Amino acid sequence: MSLVNFTTREITCKIVYYGPGRSGKTTNLHYVYGRVPDARRGRMVSLATQTDRTLFFDFLPIDLGQISGFATRFQLYTVPGQVYYNATRRLVLQGADGVVFVADSQARQLDENLESLQNLQSNLLEHGVDVRAMPLALQYNKQDLPRELILSQADLDDALNFRGVPSFAADALHGVGVFETLKGISELVLKRLAAGSTA
Amino acid sequence: MTTALNPKYSFDTFVVGSANRLAVTAGRTVAENPGAAYNPLFVYSGSGLGKTHLLMAIGQAVKKLAPGLNIEYLTLDEYVEAFHAAIAAGQGDAFRRRFQGVDVLLVDDVQFLAKRKEMQSELLRLTEALQVAGHQIVLTSDRPPGEIADLDERLISRFSGGLVVDIGPPDYETRVAILRRKAEERAARFAPGVLETVAGAAFDNVRELMGALNRLVAYQAVNETQINAETARQLLGLKAEAAVAVGAAVSRAAAPAADEFGQFLADVTVGLGKAVEAWRARVAEAILRWEGEGYRTRRLEALLQQEAPTAVDDAIGAYEKDVERLKRLEGEVAQLDPQASGQSLFRDPERLADAEAAAAQVRAGGAPPPGPSAAFPLASYAVGPSNDVAVSAVRDVIARPGKKYNPLVLVGKSGLGKTHLLNAIGLELARARGAVVACLSTQAFIDELIAAIDGDHVDWWRARYRRATALLLDDIHLLAGKDRTQQELFNLFNLFLDKERQLVFTAPAAPGALEGLEERIVTRLGGGLVAELSEPDRELKRHFVERALGEPGVPPDAALLDYLADRPVDSVRSLVPVLQRVVSAAAAQDVPLTAGLARDVLEGQPREARRSGGPRTSGIVVSSLGGVKSREKMVWDWPDVADRLIEEYR
Repeated sequence: MSLVNFTTREITCKIVYYGPGRSGKTTNLHYVYGRVPDARRGRMVSLATQTDRTLFFDFLPIDLGQISGFATRFQLYTVPGQVYYNATRRLVLQGADGVVFVADSQARQLDENLESLQNLQSNLLEHGVDVRAMPLALQYNKQDLPRELILSQADLDDALNFRGVPSFAADALHGVGVFETLKGISELVLKRLAAGSTA
Repeated sequence: MTTALNPKYSFDTFVVGSANRLAVTAGRTVAENPGAAYNPLFVYSGSGLGKTHLLMAIGQAVKKLAPGLNIEYLTLDEYVEAFHAAIAAGQGDAFRRRFQGVDVLLVDDVQFLAKRKEMQSELLRLTEALQVAGHQIVLTSDRPPGEIADLDERLISRFSGGLVVDIGPPDYETRVAILRRKAEERAARFAPGVLETVAGAAFDNVRELMGALNRLVAYQAVNETQINAETARQLLGLKAEAAVAVGAAVSRAAAPAADEFGQFLADVTVGLGKAVEAWRARVAEAILRWEGEGYRTRRLEALLQQEAPTAVDDAIGAYEKDVERLKRLEGEVAQLDPQASGQSLFRDPERLADAEAAAAQVRAGGAPPPGPSAAFPLASYAVGPSNDVAVSAVRDVIARPGKKYNPLVLVGKSGLGKTHLLNAIGLELARARGAVVACLSTQAFIDELIAAIDGDHVDWWRARYRRATALLLDDIHLLAGKDRTQQELFNLFNLFLDKERQLVFTAPAAPGALEGLEERIVTRLGGGLVAELSEPDRELKRHFVERALGEPGVPPDAALLDYLADRPVDSVRSLVPVLQRVVSAAAAQDVPLTAGLARDVLEGQPREARRSGGPRTSGIVVSSLGGVKSREKMVWDWPDVADRLIEEYR
């Protein structure tokens, strides 16, 4: 995917929310959707099961309007977290400009988080992308749960953030940290754009 | 007198945006290479947009990079004041000397030169002196040179001769960045949206922007509460619409902080704006870099004219690739033919094809080999029975080069005119269209080959001679013992014979009698015509003396000619000192040249004549008294043609 198209004067950023099942990826998108004015958002496509588990993926296009003469769009995607939908995850990851890894802060979910993180690395490699070259932000969701059930941001950093990427504590259900995370990943993506890596 | 550089004003504290990026880049370049890149650098802008900051930043950077340099920063008013004080104290010259010794002169606010004729003259003198000495000048003004009232045309032209750049009002993103940096410097923290609201207001310059920020800082400090965007707007007396700048980006930035999406959008807008505009910085940097190295940058400048060119990095990369190619070509050409390098086409990537062609030409031996000397025309060659066979052969060679006598070997003792005849042949052959005549001493031929071997461009050297339509070598016996040169000559020999191109050589003896030459060379030399030049006969000597002593239309005394022609000499060259003695004696005694005088001088006491025989320099003697009427100079020992040429032009 081309991030900047000088010919059509368009900038498109594809940001994928990745993470284990039930970590809150879709919740992030729902919150964003609720805050974007009608005129600026496209229809949110969500393919979910009857129990609200993401079956395929969520897709939320946001039109940021003309910025520096470029029609700018953000496309937010989520992947299905369940292990058996790996082909879909790989497909959605294709052409991503940035990834938000949404981790479940519950202590008992740590292994799932680690497994999903490894799965992300592996799927990126399938596309020939080194995870170190991909703009990545971590979001530690569900920080509103009782302290005894969750790990702190510092603990989660120790366990998951071994590359020292930006990390954000969040309560996506109530919107805490959602836009901070989106802003964090956007900055990384735009930094790469400024450095000239537009391919 | 001179204001100290304010350490706060450095490049590190200068917020760079699209409106000042070029000026800052130029300033950095100047600071890194004072006197080399843009001299003078003239920066102009409205008040409060960073001219003084930039000027001092240049000074600071120079001071850091080259602490030994003498840097002077002052405003024009300070300069004027100092000048007046110096004049009043009778120290005008000392004042001038002092400023002429400055390595980097930074003058602020030169717009105040308007209507100050005497200061204009003074500054003109100073800028001329500094530029000649390679010292850097940086000037700032609130308007371009041409718009400064009553400014001397010479100053306008001088100020405009380096680089004139302007600084525009900062755009929204730069204003936000400036406010954030200044707020940080003041350790002030504002609620989200406040600084963006301030930046959205239409302030004309940075000073006003700072004033607004200061008010907010003060208000917040006094009330010990964080103000929000709305309060900021009220404090600064901004109308809701005024806080909204023209672009949609700004309107978004001014939206309430509570609007998360609006806030996010504002942040993204700033980041994206910078990212998109980053290509301009990259192009400008590339222009400055390559211009500094002396390359034409039209292609890159054209990119800047576009709003959003496609594949900027590819374009810069392609340009740099072309420049690298030009560098390689120039380096290669410089090795082969130093004179051919340094051409402007090796500095213009748009003319890469021309440069390739030029380099190919040089590679193929485009530079002609040394030619014959114009000092030896055939018409001035004295002919008599002792050399008429050789001269006749020469005329045949000239008439049918490569066809009749190939090679022609002129043989004779030193001083009989072999070199003259060789060059005369060369001059005649060179008249033909497309002729490339190589005519040089064998020693020069050997030296060239050694240089080619040393420079690893023997192929080029060979190609150079293979292009020649005639090869004329003087003193071929000098090849003795030079095996490699004989090998090369052998190859050339065969080529020239095959292609019926003329070969002419001179030697002191017949080829068979020359020692140290390979048999294959000797047999080839003997395979054409070996024409001998004998000791000069009476008729030849008479012609020579007549031409040497005669004036146009006034032939010398016949008895004198006969007498001198009868003198026993073994070569024409040895007649020269004889003639000089006679001419000098006549001049010293102030009597006409006669046979009697010559007899007295040459057979009687030598008197003054011997003393005035002239200095023996490189083997060429010219009558110091002008007694020899012919313009031709007499030679008794030519190491090579080049020496003769040097003497000719002394």
